[in-house]
Amino acid sequence: MKSRRMSLKTTLSALALAAPLALVTAGNDASAEKVLRVAPHADLKNLDPIWTTAYITRNHGYLVYDTLIALDEKLTPQPQMLEKWEVSDDGLRYTFTLRDGLRWHDGSPVVAEDAVASLNRWAKRDSMGQKLMDFTDSLEATGEKVFVLTLKEPYGLVLSSIGKISSNTPFMMKKEMAETDAFEQVPEVIGSGPFIFDKDAWVPGSKVVYRKNEAYVPRSEPASYAAGGKVVKVDTVEWLYIPDPATTMNALIAGEIDYWETVAPDLVPAMEGDPNIVIDVIDPLGTQGWLRPNHLNPPFDNPKARQALLHMVRQADYLRAIVGDEKLWRECGAYFMCDTPLDTAIGADPLLKQDFEMAKKLFAEAGYNGEKVVLMQPTDIPVLSGASLVTAQLLRQVGVNVEVQAMDWSTLTSRRAEKKPVSEGGWNIFHTYSTGADASSPISNAGVSGGCEEQAWFGWPCDQMIEDLRDQYSREADPEKQKEIVEKLQTRLFEVVPYVNYGQWFQPAAYRKNLSGVLVSPVPFFWNIEVN
Amino acid sequence: MYAYIVRRILATIPVMGVVAVFVFLLLHLTPGDPAAVIAGDYARPEDIERIRAQLGLNDPLYIQFGKWLWRLFHGDLGISIFSNLPVTHLIQQRLEPTIMMALTTIVISIAVAVPLGVLAAWKQGTWVDRSVMVFAVLGFSVPIFVVAYAMIWGFSIQLKWLPVQGYTSISEGLIPFLRNIIMPAVALGMVYVALIARITRASVMEVLNEDYIRTARAKGLASTTILIRHALKNAAVPIVTIIGIGIALLIGGVAVTESVFNIPGLGRLTVDAILRRDYPIIQGLILVFSGVYVLVNLLIDISYTFLDPRIRY
Repeated sequence: MKSRRMSLKTTLSALALAAPLALVTAGNDASAEKVLRVAPHADLKNLDPIWTTAYITRNHGYLVYDTLIALDEKLTPQPQMLEKWEVSDDGLRYTFTLRDGLRWHDGSPVVAEDAVASLNRWAKRDSMGQKLMDFTDSLEATGEKVFVLTLKEPYGLVLSSIGKISSNTPFMMKKEMAETDAFEQVPEVIGSGPFIFDKDAWVPGSKVVYRKNEAYVPRSEPASYAAGGKVVKVDTVEWLYIPDPATTMNALIAGEIDYWETVAPDLVPAMEGDPNIVIDVIDPLGTQGWLRPNHLNPPFDNPKARQALLHMVRQADYLRAIVGDEKLWRECGAYFMCDTPLDTAIGADPLLKQDFEMAKKLFAEAGYNGEKVVLMQPTDIPVLSGASLVTAQLLRQVGVNVEVQAMDWSTLTSRRAEKKPVSEGGWNIFHTYSTGADASSPISNAGVSGGCEEQAWFGWPCDQMIEDLRDQYSREADPEKQKEIVEKLQTRLFEVVPYVNYGQWFQPAAYRKNLSGVLVSPVPFFWNIEVN
Repeated sequence: MYAYIVRRILATIPVMGVVAVFVFLLLHLTPGDPAAVIAGDYARPEDIERIRAQLGLNDPLYIQFGKWLWRLFHGDLGISIFSNLPVTHLIQQRLEPTIMMALTTIVISIAVAVPLGVLAAWKQGTWVDRSVMVFAVLGFSVPIFVVAYAMIWGFSIQLKWLPVQGYTSISEGLIPFLRNIIMPAVALGMVYVALIARITRASVMEVLNEDYIRTARAKGLASTTILIRHALKNAAVPIVTIIGIGIALLIGGVAVTESVFNIPGLGRLTVDAILRRDYPIIQGLILVFSGVYVLVNLLIDISYTFLDPRIRY
């Protein structure tokens, strides 16, 4: 009995000693499968990139779907699913031909009717698509691989609309899916893109798995932004959503993830010394900050008060507060981003030279007399929360009686739709930002619309001249003439001030050194990447 | 006893009903619009309105409530507004990590806290007692995320013993499961160790002053026998109560710990759903949480009869 007890005791002691050792040494088994583990910027909550404009769903779209046309690094439209397009001499008839080898993930071939149905659904939800359809007389399939778009009058943005790189991107879906009401989600994810979505492995809030589409035939050209060959060099891409930035950083340092899409700028210094990690700006266009005044409520119903905001703002104050590291931001007066084809400094002097006295003078000329100005501060989005506090302080410095109302972003999105006066729950100012991909064109930049209460974005700027110039721009196909129109448009924008641009910053990404082939682009793409 | 259990279970129905009505009204009266979140930053007001209509959010509240109640009676908690997946499926996916983390935390907490509490009571006024109380104060005072980051830095980054984040199901093996769960359970357990140790100390101290303990000592019983068989058993009612409430709190969501260790549990599901105003998920979760509370309280009440024969229902 004693010896059995001793034996049990010995066994238990051995187990007690071995268990922590086993815990420590048990790692992940080495596997031949090449897996790219990515920490994305957000959790993938829904799967239909036409139904929502969420960037995470757009990124999902690029993995599983494909586009007819794609923009390259010069923002020039290039064929992607298309073999070619032809434009009639009068510029009214576009004939598109699909390339060979395109198949849906269920094995069926991609046909022209799929493309027509997909474009029609996209155009019901996207502003550029709606504009395109305003000019369209007909869109129909004329063969298995050919479809024709006929315009009512010349329109300069046909190709760049169909090649739109950011939300809503016109992804191609199978006809049965594309016939779903544009205001309902598609019931299944059947794309023709380089990856296949593994629905069974999807855990919302945690993990999304994409398998390599072995049947995908990439183009032969090198990858450039969304254009060129989408050559997949891994077996699986896993998105592991980690809500806490510090944990994401630790997971990257420990090698549990390979790629972190959006590094919190304040954590960059903590990783800079790690020889296994590369920190890089993947999106060269960057992000533009918007201070949006409400054009319906005093004092910002008066253009002089809005111009006062231009003189009040100093972009560096905002960018130091919300980004920090000077390598990751720049002051930029251009409404359509700096270092883009439409970059111009015309009219930007008031924005780039802070002048409190001028701001006070303009507020006075606008008839401002100490009335309460309501500034909505979304506390759950650090960048916007920080920008709100900077604006509040600047407003106080120029003598404005500002009331900062803290709320979460969901509440703000409801409140900003209110057109009521401030005394009845209305608002005066909120902050947001736009990616360069969206802000770099007068059509996709929703903030510059002067379409009044009926058509303009929240804040409702109202100016016919702006709308006329945007319309002229959309009809013009010649890039040089487009630039001339943009210069006139920007001059007018600095008079009307639909929003105040509080700077341009660049979001760093971080990845482990064992990755190669990471593409520079406004959208993170996961083809071309090799895990060594 | 059985009649009592049946009565208690029946009594949960009106409780859950009140919770359901209250939560539904509270949610729908809170500002925020899921349609605006879905439609995106640059959506036109008419698009947002159309999404609201598609989701049935424009219906009068009593109709929305009636539809939800009707589905509930059929065992259906509805469909998530965002992911289009059934709420029951989403809760099921998150249930295992939450339950396993709760159980591991409670097991660790009991294993550490009860002996510490008993020891502190036994050595009342000595350095042992004071040390346990200092530890308890620290456990209460140091925020969980500080303990969590310190452990990650030490065990994952420096020593490379344990993974930084994630959850592995126990079905994939005990060792991988423990490797992922041990740090969150210990970090979270600090508070419960402190709480249970203090309650145990106070309860055992009270019992140790009772006449029957003096009698046991006078009979010459060993200290461990007195402590475990006489003192601890008689002090168990408040200890079990606090442990039960701890389990309910843990299942009700520990969003910070889940976020720091990236554990896909119910706490994060709740926070995400609230931030996006995903009403069906929030409603479903609150019902589940209130059900857990009612059930745990019932089990605690029943356990009293085993611990103290004087208690009868």
